[in-house]
Amino acid sequence: MGVRVGGGQGFYGDTPAAVAGLLEAGVDYLCLEALAELTLAILQKDRQKDETRGYTRDLPSYLRAALPAVADGRTKVITNAGGINPASAARAAIDTAHELGLSGLRVATVLGDDVMPRLQELADATDLAHLESGAPYREFPGPALFASAYLGARPIVDALAAGADVVITGRVADAALFLAPLVHEHGWAWDDWDRLAAGTLVGHLLECSGQSAGGNLSRDWWNVPRPWDLPYPIADVDADGTALITKPASSGGRVSFDTVRHQLLYEVHDPAAYLSPDVVADFTSAQFIDEGNDRVRVTGVRGAPATPTYKALLAHHAGWAGETKVAFSWPEAREKATATAAIFAERVGQAGLPVAEWCFELWGVDALGGPTVPATTAEPPEVVLRAAWRCDEASTAALVGREMVPLTLSGPPAGMTGMGRAGSRPSELLGIWPTLIDKDLIDPHVKVVVEAVR
Amino acid sequence: MTTRRLYDLGCGYRSGDKGDISNIALFADGPELYELIRAEVTVERVQAHFAGLVRGRVERYEAPNVWALNFVLHDALGGGAPRSLRSDNLGKTLGGALVRLEIEVPDRLAARIMPAPDVGWAETILERLV
Repeated sequence: MGVRVGGGQGFYGDTPAAVAGLLEAGVDYLCLEALAELTLAILQKDRQKDETRGYTRDLPSYLRAALPAVADGRTKVITNAGGINPASAARAAIDTAHELGLSGLRVATVLGDDVMPRLQELADATDLAHLESGAPYREFPGPALFASAYLGARPIVDALAAGADVVITGRVADAALFLAPLVHEHGWAWDDWDRLAAGTLVGHLLECSGQSAGGNLSRDWWNVPRPWDLPYPIADVDADGTALITKPASSGGRVSFDTVRHQLLYEVHDPAAYLSPDVVADFTSAQFIDEGNDRVRVTGVRGAPATPTYKALLAHHAGWAGETKVAFSWPEAREKATATAAIFAERVGQAGLPVAEWCFELWGVDALGGPTVPATTAEPPEVVLRAAWRCDEASTAALVGREMVPLTLSGPPAGMTGMGRAGSRPSELLGIWPTLIDKDLIDPHVKVVVEAVR
Repeated sequence: MTTRRLYDLGCGYRSGDKGDISNIALFADGPELYELIRAEVTVERVQAHFAGLVRGRVERYEAPNVWALNFVLHDALGGGAPRSLRSDNLGKTLGGALVRLEIEVPDRLAARIMPAPDVGWAETILERLV
């Protein structure tokens, strides 16, 4: 008997609309992946304003769609929507159950990924060096705004074994959300590396919701059926690790060899050694068989023993950013935009406003492609100048934007528009410090709390 | 031999971020094109293609089971998504930027004609709107 897991969410801001289709098609576990690196930064800003925040605030809308099916015993929910405050997220989940008049559900919270209160202790015990640059922790431009370790599937499996219907975690590796129910149901051992790798690969294929069902597909994207009704993916996974990737039949979208392989390598470094907390998975060992009718069979995945460390992300304040956009029309649109950028920067300098970093982009010319855009002498009909800057102080960043406004009358000749939004509020920039922490230093602090909804 | 963009050969692409690292998967539609991109789309070519935009080193991995190469571009996103001033702070468009790269192609592959995007269905929908 296979276990059916569904990928109901791919990021904070995704839509719960696809959940109904997954539940109708039938999934034993609905996994909601809510956290990207950028998401933790957003949640940190939320928590700064209100201590009861710090989880993804769309969790209740997902639970409203899912909890009736959970109460009927048709599915269970596993999510990392807890962000940097899983305890508050669990409270929100229980409130949502009350609101729906559902009692008897068991909500589990996984704690212990938040290492911020223990940073100094950890820095003394290990080096917390920057994973990319190798810089030692003493060079961390602190204080830390959040510090989270990527936990694996084990505490989720513990929660399921304790009878949880809803499992809420903080920073757990995306794929572990999907691996956990497979380990729980199939009884896979923690050193059964090939099975753990198969479950991790399945999780990786499902963690970005629509991205394996025809979303963000290169080449044939325009032929994906009914893209406004894009389904989210389902995996039916056997005890031997063989998986069938598919989608709700009644929806649009597409699951094929091509859509699946696009997701296979998404945000992956060495595909032969995909590092997860639970296993090192070899994605190049998998065989994909497109059976047609939106069914792709995955077999043969191999794994190697997990590393002794967890990855962790620390964040620090990195200044304030402002930005403004101005549109220019023919004639000489590109030249006007270029001149305006220079005049703007000179005015900011004259005003004595210190800018630590500038970023000027010409949309319609090479804003996104940069040096890969072939040189051309053709004159663009329209160009948007986007200027962004970084300042040490938020007040300075706000004043910089003001210097663009007078150019309406005092800049290059008519043809510039869009000044209405010139003075957007500065936003805080965060620097990310990835590092590794010995599992031995984290595991004793990982806890699962189970609470029954009364 | 003729020069063609990876795009013209039908290569697929998808890019993503991790910290200040961008990875770009480049897909061939079968073994013949895969062997060609494996030979032609070298670390050096990709490094030069993105010079100025990507400040760090480039690594290349092979995934022959899905006829793909995976490029890992370090120091590539202006400091990482929450720190970057770029509008594409996640590097979502870097995959498309990669398939602009031109390589030497045997005439048989150069003769390929790729279907042009057809969004007639979208135009129909938009025409219905008031």
